[in-house]
Amino acid sequence: MTSPFRTAEGGRIDRGTTLEFTFDGQTHTGHPGDTLASALLASGRHQVATSVKLGRPRGIAAAWAEDPGGLVQIEEPFPEPMLLATTVELHDGLVAHGLPGQGRLAEISDSARYDAVHHHVDVLVVGAGPAGLTAALTAARSGARVALVDEQSEAGGSLLGGTDRLDDAPALEWVAAAVAELAGHPEVLHLQRTTAFGSYDDGFVLALERRTDHLGTAAPRHVSRQRVWRLRARSVVVATGAHERPVVFADNDRPGTMLAGAARTFLHRYGVLPGRQAVVFTTNDSAYDAALDLHRAGVAVEAVVDARPAGSPRREECERAGIRVLSGAVVTATQGVERVTHALVAPFVDGQVGAGSAIACDLLLVSGGWNPAVHLFSQARGRLRYDEALGAFLPAEELDRLSVTGAAAGVLDLAGCLADGQRVARAALTALAVAPPGEDRLPTAPEPVVPAAPLVLWRVPDTSGADGNTSFVDLQRDATVADIARAVGAGLRSIEHIKRYTTIGTAHDQGKTSGVLASGITAELLGVPVQATGTTTFRPPYTPVAFAALAGRDRGRLFDPERVTSLHDWHVAAGAVFEDVGQWKRPRHYPRPGEDMETAVLRECAAARTGVGILDGSTLGKIDVQGPDAAVLLDRLYTNMMSSLKVGSVRYGVMCGVDGMVIDDGTVLRLAEDRFLLLTTTGGAAKVLDWMEEWAQTEWPDLRVHCTSVTEQWNTFPVVGPRSRDVIGALFPQVDVANEAFPFMTWRDTALDGVPVRLARISFSGELAFEVYVNPWYGVAVWERLLEAGRPYGITPYGTETMHVLRAEKGYPIIGQDTDGTVTPHDLGMAWAVSKKKPDFVGKRSFARQANQDPLRKQLVGLLPVDRRTVLPEGSQIVELHPDGQLPPPPVPMLGHVTSSYRSAELARPFALALVKGGRSRIGDTVHVPVNGTLVPAEVTGSVLVDPEGARRDG
Amino acid sequence: MQLIECPWCGPREEVEFHYGGQAHVPYPDAPAEVSDEEWAHYVFFRDNTKGRFAERWCHSAGCRRWFNAVRDTTTYRFERVQRLDDPEPHATEPARARRSTAS
Repeated sequence: MTSPFRTAEGGRIDRGTTLEFTFDGQTHTGHPGDTLASALLASGRHQVATSVKLGRPRGIAAAWAEDPGGLVQIEEPFPEPMLLATTVELHDGLVAHGLPGQGRLAEISDSARYDAVHHHVDVLVVGAGPAGLTAALTAARSGARVALVDEQSEAGGSLLGGTDRLDDAPALEWVAAAVAELAGHPEVLHLQRTTAFGSYDDGFVLALERRTDHLGTAAPRHVSRQRVWRLRARSVVVATGAHERPVVFADNDRPGTMLAGAARTFLHRYGVLPGRQAVVFTTNDSAYDAALDLHRAGVAVEAVVDARPAGSPRREECERAGIRVLSGAVVTATQGVERVTHALVAPFVDGQVGAGSAIACDLLLVSGGWNPAVHLFSQARGRLRYDEALGAFLPAEELDRLSVTGAAAGVLDLAGCLADGQRVARAALTALAVAPPGEDRLPTAPEPVVPAAPLVLWRVPDTSGADGNTSFVDLQRDATVADIARAVGAGLRSIEHIKRYTTIGTAHDQGKTSGVLASGITAELLGVPVQATGTTTFRPPYTPVAFAALAGRDRGRLFDPERVTSLHDWHVAAGAVFEDVGQWKRPRHYPRPGEDMETAVLRECAAARTGVGILDGSTLGKIDVQGPDAAVLLDRLYTNMMSSLKVGSVRYGVMCGVDGMVIDDGTVLRLAEDRFLLLTTTGGAAKVLDWMEEWAQTEWPDLRVHCTSVTEQWNTFPVVGPRSRDVIGALFPQVDVANEAFPFMTWRDTALDGVPVRLARISFSGELAFEVYVNPWYGVAVWERLLEAGRPYGITPYGTETMHVLRAEKGYPIIGQDTDGTVTPHDLGMAWAVSKKKPDFVGKRSFARQANQDPLRKQLVGLLPVDRRTVLPEGSQIVELHPDGQLPPPPVPMLGHVTSSYRSAELARPFALALVKGGRSRIGDTVHVPVNGTLVPAEVTGSVLVDPEGARRDG
Repeated sequence: MQLIECPWCGPREEVEFHYGGQAHVPYPDAPAEVSDEEWAHYVFFRDNTKGRFAERWCHSAGCRRWFNAVRDTTTYRFERVQRLDDPEPHATEPARARRSTAS
């Protein structure tokens, strides 16, 4: 395909290189420097998509991120939905097609890299247009640390799309010199293709750098595709320019309808004529430049339609060029099918539209004024005010650490922008106590022509008979003037409500062209000032950001840290099946060939109950508590007495919140008079340390005690079962392992080949058991020595599932599984672990609250399914039948729920633990548990189902 | 993301901190002697102030110290932060009652 609309020369494209791309199945060509939009326009194509609800043809209506029309889906090099043709840089081999409003996510995983960089600066300048460049130069010249970010492929901002001159030379020469000077300052970071998309507190700005998107298939694999810059600036200068605003009229969405400034950009930056025959509809002077530039480039400009009765001082300039200027006139509608063929033009007097006529054209340029891009200011919670003259919202206050300059602050002439950027930067430096530079020359801009006052015109009264239903306010949402009228008619007054009722501003472009229009039209319909209507809240991101970019490297295995014990490789080699416990990877079971989890767990359980098993319990939280007042702190935080614990002994303890509910449990080893080792649950380790430090610091700062996490300083291997004494005795012959010499709930220090080892008689299974503690550097070696010593007894490594079965058979609760923050120690049947001697401890007072005395509280009990077959699903509800065997009428009262449920080798049947209302008074009763639509009867029992007498713990 | 001034470490990113709720809710001197209602107020009731609010914060991913702060709940801005051992009374609130518990 040829590019019939490409100009013979000019533009910032590299005409020496031709790129080939495919759009909607057709092959086109373009040049480096093109966007997909400019290349399509060069081939004569305006329509790229159809609209989301109405299926109307939509085309390229602007030149950058404010375009509401040109949504495309990229297929190659990697599928990506919902991009704007105007912001996709062209590269060889690009394959894309237009979208009917919604895109399609890639069905394959994105293998590109994404990353993030933190960067701190004195001054961050957003936008490298005239104001941003002078601001950055001033800041850089002062020696400050500066970052300049700009979303385009090159610096220059509005200068890229115009013919401005500075210092009697093309303005882009000054831009090039400014960029070169900035590159020479060692403390300046200058990033193009980088969109500041979020502005937050205290000078924190997020920016997305598109690093390789423009390279297409030539993108190097080792470079991240996109990068999120987390910029923290002592001062932010927002120089983000302004978006041109359309005027709403009937059928204003027809392809070929475009913002006037965008047409200039396509002409000057990309060397593209957006049409052959143009009508320019404006309410202000800026569109005259577009009319004259297009005329000079050979476009037949049929008319400039100026809504202002007095027109513009630039009328004569047009007429000298042979361009007809119709003052006091408006475009009321367009004609055409997939492209505009005529603009209907009519006189416009005192808000009334007269009889019109059609002017043939293939391009209708529109300018309704300029909306300062105040997004970043507003995101940082800056207040806006409506400016009557501009017909737009401007910053209404000074923000700490953030200032706005140039067109974003309503300064619309070049000389003004250059000076304003410098002024704002100097003020920012002064506020930072940095001396502004002495030598800080501004380029000389031509004396600006004083423009005639713009007319604020949101919409042209609809004389087409469509009653506003084809007068589009938000093209991306197919939302019209009629929709706003319906919203107002429905009684909505707040612009936030109208936004949600009409969906205006909620699409991909977040209302860049439609937001202020919606405020203006709403105010008009309500008969209130626009200031009273205001705008909807600006929220990040300014332009869409892919989740992949936000995720960066934090995905897949790096999404959350993985914690493994020093035995992890051994577990992997042993064929363990892992489960996640918090961030830990724990072996769940060790299946032998042909075993499923059920058979493996039954085998592991049988080994621990009849022979000997071994568990890697290293993930248990461990806290070293030291200090003269260590025992005092523990007495205040545990429900039971810890100060009476003898050095060398171990005690089980429960911690409660002030509300009396159990928050963690575990064993406590007294290492010395002033030193304890606390064992917490795997998942509760961090929380318990937080809890202890909070009380020690905020309530009892007088206590001389320190708490240190030592979870990763110790491996813990429970050796469990009737033969565990044989194993420990064989490996540690120097330790007298007889029950009298080494009783239950005591610990001993010993050594293995010079490696210190601590042994403790602690049991989480009810069996005779020894916990072996060792420095993780020696973990694998000690583990293997234990296996070797246990081989004659068939020592069997077991995982968390078996650990759960063994503890549940004994009625030992897992905090967080069998409890849920509403369970007291008494509910668990652990009144024995609650001190009656201590006058107070955290939680004690709450036990006396009436609600905690209720005999119908949910209590932990055992459940035995009567059919001896069903494993009740954990979480199942428990119900009670009427005496006649019928279920009560709905809503069926719930007695509680199943908290733990397993198959038991020891009991030769499944069993469960459950929290049941008044459970202990129901022992012997039958309750019912709905499982897959049937009611399974289950007998309520005590919570300890295996060895309730505790006969096994001493072997 | 705000910068929060840790009285020990200086300004640090908000994600390093944990919120600890209203400040100056001392543990009752003798819990056994307060009524159920008074105890419930200690356990469950907190102010929901619009405007300046005295709060506790912890620099949990930093020095792990707790400190007091006065923050405006309408603007999120911190007005001041104070170490717990700061002898000067904490702004907006009466000096914290000395709390002790059974030992």
